[in-house]
Amino acid sequence: MRRLFPATLLVSAGAIGYELLLMRALSIVQWHHFAYMIISLALLGYGASGTFIALFKAQLEARFEAAFSTCALLFSIAMVLCFALGQRVPFNALEMVWDSRQFAYLSLLYLVFFVPFFFAACCIGLAFTCRRLDINRIYFFDLLGAGLGAVLVIGLLFVLITQNALLMLMTLPLIASLLMGIPSTARKPLMLAQVMWLALLISGIPQNHLGLRVSDYKGLSQALQVIDSRVLSVASSPLGLLTVVESPTVPVRHAPGLSFATRHIPSPQLAVFTDADGMSAITRFDGDLDPLGFLGDITAALPYTLLEQPEVLVLGAGGGGDVLLALYHEANSVDAVELNPQMTELVRETYAEFAGFVYDDPRVTVHTREARGFVAQSNAQYDLVHIGLLDSFGASGAGVQSLNESYIYTVEAINEYLGITAPGGLLAITRWLKLPPRDSLKLVATVIDALKLTGVSEPGQQLALIRSWNTSTLLVKNGPFTVDDVALIREFARSRSFDTAWFPGIQASDVNYFNRLDTPYLFDGTTALLGERAADYIARYKFYIEPATDNRPYYFHFFKWATLPEVFALRKLGGAGLIEWGYLVLIATLLQAIIAGLVLILLPLSRVARKWPARTGSRMGAYFLLLGFAFLFIEMAFIQKFILFLSHPLYAVAVVLSGFLVFAGLGSAWSQRFAHRCEAGGRSPVAMAAGSIALLALVYLFLLPFVFQRFIGNADLVKIVISVALIAPLAVAMGMPFPLGLKRVAETAPDFIPWAWGINGYASVISAVLATLLAIEFGFTFVILLALLIYAIAAAIFSMLPARQ
Amino acid sequence: MKLLTALLLFVSLLAFADDANYAAARAAMVEELWLYAQFVDDPDETRISDAVMASMNTVQRHELVPSSERRYSYENRPLPIGYGQTISQPYIVALMTKLIDVDADDMVLEVGTGSGYQAAILAELVDHVYSIEIIAALAIRAKQDLERLGYKNITTKLGDGYYGWEEHAPFDAIVVTAAASHVPPPLIEQLKPGGRMVIPVGERFMTQTLLLLEKTEKGEVITRQFGAVRFVPLTGEH
Repeated sequence: MRRLFPATLLVSAGAIGYELLLMRALSIVQWHHFAYMIISLALLGYGASGTFIALFKAQLEARFEAAFSTCALLFSIAMVLCFALGQRVPFNALEMVWDSRQFAYLSLLYLVFFVPFFFAACCIGLAFTCRRLDINRIYFFDLLGAGLGAVLVIGLLFVLITQNALLMLMTLPLIASLLMGIPSTARKPLMLAQVMWLALLISGIPQNHLGLRVSDYKGLSQALQVIDSRVLSVASSPLGLLTVVESPTVPVRHAPGLSFATRHIPSPQLAVFTDADGMSAITRFDGDLDPLGFLGDITAALPYTLLEQPEVLVLGAGGGGDVLLALYHEANSVDAVELNPQMTELVRETYAEFAGFVYDDPRVTVHTREARGFVAQSNAQYDLVHIGLLDSFGASGAGVQSLNESYIYTVEAINEYLGITAPGGLLAITRWLKLPPRDSLKLVATVIDALKLTGVSEPGQQLALIRSWNTSTLLVKNGPFTVDDVALIREFARSRSFDTAWFPGIQASDVNYFNRLDTPYLFDGTTALLGERAADYIARYKFYIEPATDNRPYYFHFFKWATLPEVFALRKLGGAGLIEWGYLVLIATLLQAIIAGLVLILLPLSRVARKWPARTGSRMGAYFLLLGFAFLFIEMAFIQKFILFLSHPLYAVAVVLSGFLVFAGLGSAWSQRFAHRCEAGGRSPVAMAAGSIALLALVYLFLLPFVFQRFIGNADLVKIVISVALIAPLAVAMGMPFPLGLKRVAETAPDFIPWAWGINGYASVISAVLATLLAIEFGFTFVILLALLIYAIAAAIFSMLPARQ
Repeated sequence: MKLLTALLLFVSLLAFADDANYAAARAAMVEELWLYAQFVDDPDETRISDAVMASMNTVQRHELVPSSERRYSYENRPLPIGYGQTISQPYIVALMTKLIDVDADDMVLEVGTGSGYQAAILAELVDHVYSIEIIAALAIRAKQDLERLGYKNITTKLGDGYYGWEEHAPFDAIVVTAAASHVPPPLIEQLKPGGRMVIPVGERFMTQTLLLLEKTEKGEVITRQFGAVRFVPLTGEH
């Protein structure tokens, strides 16, 4: 038994570590969408293993150690094999609208990555099933392992690239297999298999197949196709894989929105890709400002026309382009905020000479912080708050980011930015311009809402919007624009062949001259959004342009079901780019979760004997189904909510997921004592637990924004501790209804136990994806309130379950 | 010997049947494009001319795509050609060709040879096409394919399209098929007054709009963007 506890811990750590590692790897080779798919398929592994163990319980119980050791070894092998295999699936999300085979490839990906989780879950499930007397301690080591696994993988990712972190991680289940293999009945064949796997690893053959195969259509792959281009350096951390590319023959020249009228050619640059996409440029600078003339001829230069020697805040400094823009325009001081310290290091140290030591300029102060956190804690007043263009045109189009939470462009965020803008100062945001407009208009709608919230009665007086053929720059002034301001804006735009789309007093004759659109979309849209029937305009617009909020921070989500049939029918006429494939991936993932759960969890269970009192089955089924939905709804909503606080999706997943696992586990362990106490007082323990969940969740709905605001600027470690402290009581309460129900089942209908696990697992698999979909459509508050309603119904059903005879 | 002759005959017949099949598929594709052409918003600007359609009916797209994609050659969709690049959707190629509105004696520059398909379509319409590609493998493959198909009025080179092709400038029309954050100033300089430049805007596989840049006789630059789609008015009823 002494071996079982560490073995359980190692497998559990390996499983959660692998989950996080896959999210990281798939963000690099594909895009961020797959995070929810991985949570769903990890749960599928656990659900399917429950069914598998229920079907072969007798055989497995007789050979417990051998079965555990075999599953742990297979988990170790599958971690490596499926990582390599998954990358060989020729899935191309961009082709989904053209090629139905892509849906089959997506399903194949889902199944390939399911396999390792299935074996990991078999180990844990076997330990619970076959060593029931030690179930509490097994549970403790399982949960401890989950917590340690999350910490371990985050730590590993700071020092190792993803594939090397995987090699470290796969040793955990291998050690577990060795531990459990020694006392097993199949010691010799197991040892042989373990030695062979070790020998294969030492030979280096598996490692040769683990290299990340980045999609051919991501920015990095495209850049490396250019003649003579090469990777100069790679820096990896959980915050992103940074790849610096040099292209001496065909220099990188990144200047979004450069005027047609310019005489300046952009200086040569180094390209920096984050997770193989989202290019940022480090511009060559030798102290001479003349070669930077192009910086005066981009739409993002507009605010500098209105300001003299401003104090500037650059949010999202990236490769330093916007800092250079500020210095070129004689900014008095520049505070540059960048989340990723490795990005800052590239500009400040690794390529400091190339970048002209721009971060060592006495006027520049670099802050390695998350933007919202910095702004929340800042007491300074800036003449200009500048948000640059850090995503690629491709990524901002066609739904690549539609599922990304972005807390930079929400109503609350805009208000915070305006809060640190000096009177008469400016907030400037540059976006790619897509036609028909989506994010440009959504931004206008968001800013108008933010201004109205602060009591501005005429928001139109404080807005100015110009556009080139592919970018738009929006200015929001802290106070109304003056006649002189307007004259300067008009002259800036006219002299650079940019079109004005809004300024106070604009006329229809002022728009759509240089870059002519069939309709002056931005002018018409801004006019409508400032008008009395703005809500009607938003409702009738073909794309979703309702302002993003912290409750629904999906700024890049423009999908409307009503528009889908029309744009799908038009795909052969050039309408393909209007279909948001990111959303389609989510829908496809939900469908495959529903089908895979049915096939791998519920259908095999039909072979298990079904003997329980009449009508009990449906009630018990409903109870465990509802619990699965409610638990995951709250957990997923918290993951997404905590991205704002913890600054990065991977941190949020690691902290929230392991926090919920550990504390729900503790709640589960305390559930019987809690039940005794409740029953002694004549109260239903499930109703009490559901009541506690409701109370805590409702308090959090009001409390979290204030807690986040107060502590967002603190160090990561402090924020993690606060997050765990917030999650703990809620998770403890959420950990109770399931074991309480299970105990009731064991007393009254023991044959239903595998079904209880299976049905609950099935609901979890689906709701991991469904929760994201609901959050996008209705917001986090809705998802949490829905979960509370579901808990209430589950508590009512529990009271109807037959009690012990 | 008889057996060999019979085998050769059989193979030739198969090849002939294959060519005939592709020709029929190509004709069907052009029919489809005609149908689409009826649906565009602005018939004068974007209705595809007979000459362009004839060119679309002549160029053997299946000879310019990787063998794995050949069976989809005449479907109206973009196809992967390797190296993270695509061969554009035929409808988009036809529309781009129409938008630059070339005459037979025009000099045309293409930036981004890719598969060579757009160059071949243009070569059916004008005296000479110059085409630049920055991906070495694609440049070599397109050059070989275009030579094999007998195009003598296309000159290709491997290199940086940002600076255009100075020794053959100015051009009557320029087609930029490579994605860029901005229109390179040297290309605008190499466009003749009255000349036209067209750029597809959007993600791979997902062209969203076509940017038509016109240089007036005075040298002023005006652009127009064409949504390739005939979209129900944006604020219309759903």
